[in-house]
Amino acid sequence: MRELQYPFDPGEIIRKRKSLLKALKGDGSARIEKKIAVLGGSTTSDIVKTMELFLLDSGIAPVFYQSEYGQYFQDAMFPSEELLAFAPDIVFVHTTGRNITAWPQMTDSPQQVQEKLEGELAKFRAMWQSVEEKFHCPVIQNNFEKPFFRLLGSRDAWDYRGRVNFTARLNQAFGEYAQDHTGFYINDVDYLSADFGLRQWSDPAYWNMYKYAMCFEAIPAFAFSAANIVKSIFGRNKKALALDLDNTLWGGVVGDDGVDGIEIGQETGVSQSYYEFQSYLKQLKTTGILLTVCSKNDEENAIAGLNHPEGALRPEDFVVIKANWENKDRNIGETAAQLNILPESIVFADDNPAEREIVRAQLPGVIAPEMEGVENYIANIDRGGYFEVTTFSEDDLKRNEMYQANAMRAAQRASFGDYREYLLSLDMKAVIDDFVRVYLTRITQLTNKSNQFNLTTRRYTTEEMEQVFNGEEYIRLYGKLVDKFGDNGVVSVVIGKRDGRALDIELWLMSCRVLKRDMELAMLDRLVEKCRAVGIEVIRGHYYPTAKNSMVKGLYESFGFEKTGEEENGSTHWALKIQGYENKCSVIEIKGNEN
Amino acid sequence: MDMREIFTRLNRVFQEVFDDRSIRVTPQTTADDIEDWDSLEHITLISAVEREFRMKFKMGEISSMRDVGEMAQIIQERAKG
Repeated sequence: MRELQYPFDPGEIIRKRKSLLKALKGDGSARIEKKIAVLGGSTTSDIVKTMELFLLDSGIAPVFYQSEYGQYFQDAMFPSEELLAFAPDIVFVHTTGRNITAWPQMTDSPQQVQEKLEGELAKFRAMWQSVEEKFHCPVIQNNFEKPFFRLLGSRDAWDYRGRVNFTARLNQAFGEYAQDHTGFYINDVDYLSADFGLRQWSDPAYWNMYKYAMCFEAIPAFAFSAANIVKSIFGRNKKALALDLDNTLWGGVVGDDGVDGIEIGQETGVSQSYYEFQSYLKQLKTTGILLTVCSKNDEENAIAGLNHPEGALRPEDFVVIKANWENKDRNIGETAAQLNILPESIVFADDNPAEREIVRAQLPGVIAPEMEGVENYIANIDRGGYFEVTTFSEDDLKRNEMYQANAMRAAQRASFGDYREYLLSLDMKAVIDDFVRVYLTRITQLTNKSNQFNLTTRRYTTEEMEQVFNGEEYIRLYGKLVDKFGDNGVVSVVIGKRDGRALDIELWLMSCRVLKRDMELAMLDRLVEKCRAVGIEVIRGHYYPTAKNSMVKGLYESFGFEKTGEEENGSTHWALKIQGYENKCSVIEIKGNEN
Repeated sequence: MDMREIFTRLNRVFQEVFDDRSIRVTPQTTADDIEDWDSLEHITLISAVEREFRMKFKMGEISSMRDVGEMAQIIQERAKG
């Protein structure tokens, strides 16, 4: 919904909240339900209501629990029956500078201030540990905004007695905790409040009258940030950025002005702004976001523009280049198909409002941020929350390379008449075995973002995955695939739960980047082998239909399972007797974990 | 700004905040007359009115306002200054 995308108007969101809510709830879109416990050190009512809008808009239907006013500590340490029964999927600790009790005094020694600091930290650490033990779910924790006043002026920043200094040290320690604990995320209020304007953010009238820790008009920005973290945790991030070229990546029209005529580089303010944007995108790519081109141009001119010696980006920075005269929605659709992602996983950046409008209308779910004025481009992409990073794995670092390798595979495939011969030529080697700790982040991430090749679409939080990892009743498999063009990383996950001599498949997913490589057969072979080793005789599979996973509707049938049941909603149940099973995959060399 | 204009604009704000097109505010309207107008929604309302008229109420005014008439009075005075 446009009203809820960056740069939104906080006044409009406040004023129209009720009708926006009604429109979102009535739009008929499918959403995953998530339970969020908000443990507040100040009023949370409108924060929760505003988060609800942003989450509904990104496919999550939130159910909230809110502590009684200011009871965040009690709820975290000694949860009420109500909170225990609520069983949150996420705990959001909404504390702010208003909840710091032991501020330094001018008469304190450095030692005394140190003790105060450790006292505050001990309180928070105890809460986080308690929440982790009791709820096994991700925690979102605000850090602290800078203080509203500075007794020492600028000296407050470095003097050990300064509140500015004290707050910065607390924030540093929060960050260190986040670094050491998976499933713990900081909502960076320090940045948000600075970005909004600390003077307005901290207007004491809102605390004194309503016990809000920030001014009312700051609530949308705050709620947006917290919602972005929730979205990211539950796999609602965008995956790719499709970019126009003329007046988006450089000033001018390369087809008319020629490569020498376009504005990019260090010559003028405008050309520097385009250079900075290109440079930002180059950095964005290193977080695992795929860049593609979607431009009305002759391909030759497009490539020439991207090879401009003063530019920061190069043609090889893009995994797909669509430079032609087709409609852009069609090009984006094809780009998505080529990358095996959904069109709605793509953000489209184009300076032309008409192009944005067509794409939005033709491809609902594709977001096309406002791109007015090159000096605003970075902010409009960066603050949009499309690519909020909560987990960052080795795979994210290498994602662009992997897709480049895919393009080479496609080229190779074209040169083979026989598909099996092509598969053999790829020289594929897989590691398929029980989970190992280094891959848990990636495995969890996959369960949250795989939509298409996913039989049950079951999502796991970090904590739930930890329980699967440690549970003896599970048979777990991850699959990692390497071929002569590169390492695809961990691409498939199967989780089965033992039930006597049967195994129930709770999760079977595969990344679409390795479709049609027989990797699913390799996974099945290995699963059967593992089952045999522990005396399991039957494997039971389940297919739960969603709007996105029809591609695997017939998977179990193709595996040779027999259908044992079918429900009205389209769910199907399957069984495979292991006796007499013969391996199906003959094109991948399979190994186990290294010891 | 005359009172008619103020009330027209106030009426629109009230209708949107409470998502109820049937609302008609008068100088005598109070929180008791509008079902959803509780202390939580009061903040939303004040914020939306401030935004509509590009002005700020003082803390004391917010707690002492008794009806929409007094609210409109303050808006008019602020507009003069």
